[in-house]
Amino acid sequence: MENALPFFVAIPLGAAFFIPLVSLTLKWVPDLLANAVMAVLAAMAFLTIGQAGFYHMGGWGTHLGIDLRLDGLTTLMLVTINTIGLAMAIFSVQYMTKYTSKLRYYSLFLCLIAGLNGIVLTGDLFNLYIFMEIVAISSYALVAFGCEHDELEAAFKYAVLGTVASAFILIGIALLYAMLGTLNMAEMAVKLAAGGMNMPLTVALGLFLCGFGLKAALVPFHAWLPDAHPAAPAPVSAMLSGVVIKTAGIYVLSRLIFNVFTVQLVPDLFSILRLFGVVSMIVGGILALGQWDMKRLLAYSSISQIGYIVVGLGLGTPLGLTGALFHMLNHSVFKSLLFLNAGAVEYATGSRDLRHLGGLSRNLPFTANMSLLGSMAISGIPPFNGFWSKLIIVLACIESGHPWLALAAVAMSLVTLVAVLKMLKRAFYEEHKPLTVHATEVPVLMRAAMLLLATLCVVLALLVLTGLRTPFLIAPAVDALSTWAGTAPGQGMGI
Amino acid sequence: MVYALCLVLIAIGLYGVVVKKNVVKIVISLAIIEYGINVLLVLIGYRSGGCAPILQQGMTAATLVANSVDPLPQALVLTAIMINLGMLILMVAICIRLYERYGTFDITEMRRLKG
Repeated sequence: MENALPFFVAIPLGAAFFIPLVSLTLKWVPDLLANAVMAVLAAMAFLTIGQAGFYHMGGWGTHLGIDLRLDGLTTLMLVTINTIGLAMAIFSVQYMTKYTSKLRYYSLFLCLIAGLNGIVLTGDLFNLYIFMEIVAISSYALVAFGCEHDELEAAFKYAVLGTVASAFILIGIALLYAMLGTLNMAEMAVKLAAGGMNMPLTVALGLFLCGFGLKAALVPFHAWLPDAHPAAPAPVSAMLSGVVIKTAGIYVLSRLIFNVFTVQLVPDLFSILRLFGVVSMIVGGILALGQWDMKRLLAYSSISQIGYIVVGLGLGTPLGLTGALFHMLNHSVFKSLLFLNAGAVEYATGSRDLRHLGGLSRNLPFTANMSLLGSMAISGIPPFNGFWSKLIIVLACIESGHPWLALAAVAMSLVTLVAVLKMLKRAFYEEHKPLTVHATEVPVLMRAAMLLLATLCVVLALLVLTGLRTPFLIAPAVDALSTWAGTAPGQGMGI
Repeated sequence: MVYALCLVLIAIGLYGVVVKKNVVKIVISLAIIEYGINVLLVLIGYRSGGCAPILQQGMTAATLVANSVDPLPQALVLTAIMINLGMLILMVAICIRLYERYGTFDITEMRRLKG
């Protein structure tokens, strides 16, 4: 399996450049090729489950070359990225016909996938920066894809803030390299554990917290998200909210915090994370209530859910990590589903303003049911996956002695329920408005993508049957986070 | 001292991003930040009186290691410059489209998104 690791980046990147070459004359190629690529990647991601290993790029050793490393957390992220990506590719086939240039869209989309896979696979900090910029540039372009007033304004705002965040991260990387003399994350961890913290390293950590906090849209740095996510085409909004903020923000933060800088070195790290998390949870949830744009409401609720994940990480206990990573997986599924529903409503009626919608459950019964399911999952109604991950986070808060955090998590769950009920009621129930009288159900492939994600919402709930503390797929990821620190490549990974 | 000048360059760029109202000037400020970081990266690998990290005839690897500057940051800077180029092109393209839509470069007049 180790030798297949570079293909997670190479296949989508190759396809991204191949699509524009062949599809000027053959119009059906982009659809087919993008879906085939995503299906292959999703299958490959599932094959990595239970595996671990290294791939040394170009045959150089760990110290000289660049490592790709596969462990439990990487597997979890690969499965998330490529499964959601497959659903988005299926949805795009019919949804993107209302935009002009499908082949450019698929090209950018596959670049995005390549960058995301690269971020989770690489073991080298500068390499991670490069993949992060690939993700960033393709997502700025995808946000601006509609080329209308709102899209351009949102893309500009996103690009400026994103570039400043990247600059902070690059300064942090430069400081780390100056102090430690290596860019390999595992070697860094060993040297940090041996040498302890000093002033430049603390500055670097602060810069990383700001930079990746902005990429993850934690609350003081969240201003770009509610503009950028609604402006993009629906599958891209789903990808951005469901996967990109988690991969470029939460995943990298947790790698750095648990595997490189450890809490033994920086004792206050966890309380900082908890503070960020609880503020994001509350502010995002409350701001979501006041929104009238469907996608904007969902974007604010993403900030709130990211808060849950960061609170779980900030607890630092194995149960907290389990809850956080489980919620990360679940959130990417149900938030993508809800964004696709918003996209389907926009496709059918041409609007996503809740004040102009109503009664759509009679015109779009399938979409309405999918929305209901997604809403129940996001607000934590029992049989669905969202309930179990929130339950684990709440239990972990109580277990580690933070009852107030548990109370905040439960309360914000109710606020989320109110926000999504507002969306459901205004869009799908109530009386018909002029805009919605003649709307018809969306095409079959769009429904298929929604059905795939909705099935996942139910299936993921079954993961807790494999043990509340050690769910399948999540437990190896928790192990990867809690045991990696201080082990050089090749040790402690069971290879 | 020289490190401080890099930080001054970065700070000037940040000031420009925050204060300037013209979108093109904001893009230029972002470019200044990136230049500041690139200079910082090169400086990290610099060694006073060091030679270029190229193995010349009649030189052993050990003397090269003892005398040359660190080549890795230079490679990083080359990569960073390419990334910045891509970013700059994209942002300028967005600026041109913004001018087509709004008829102005003034960021205070582009306020359709709020809340």
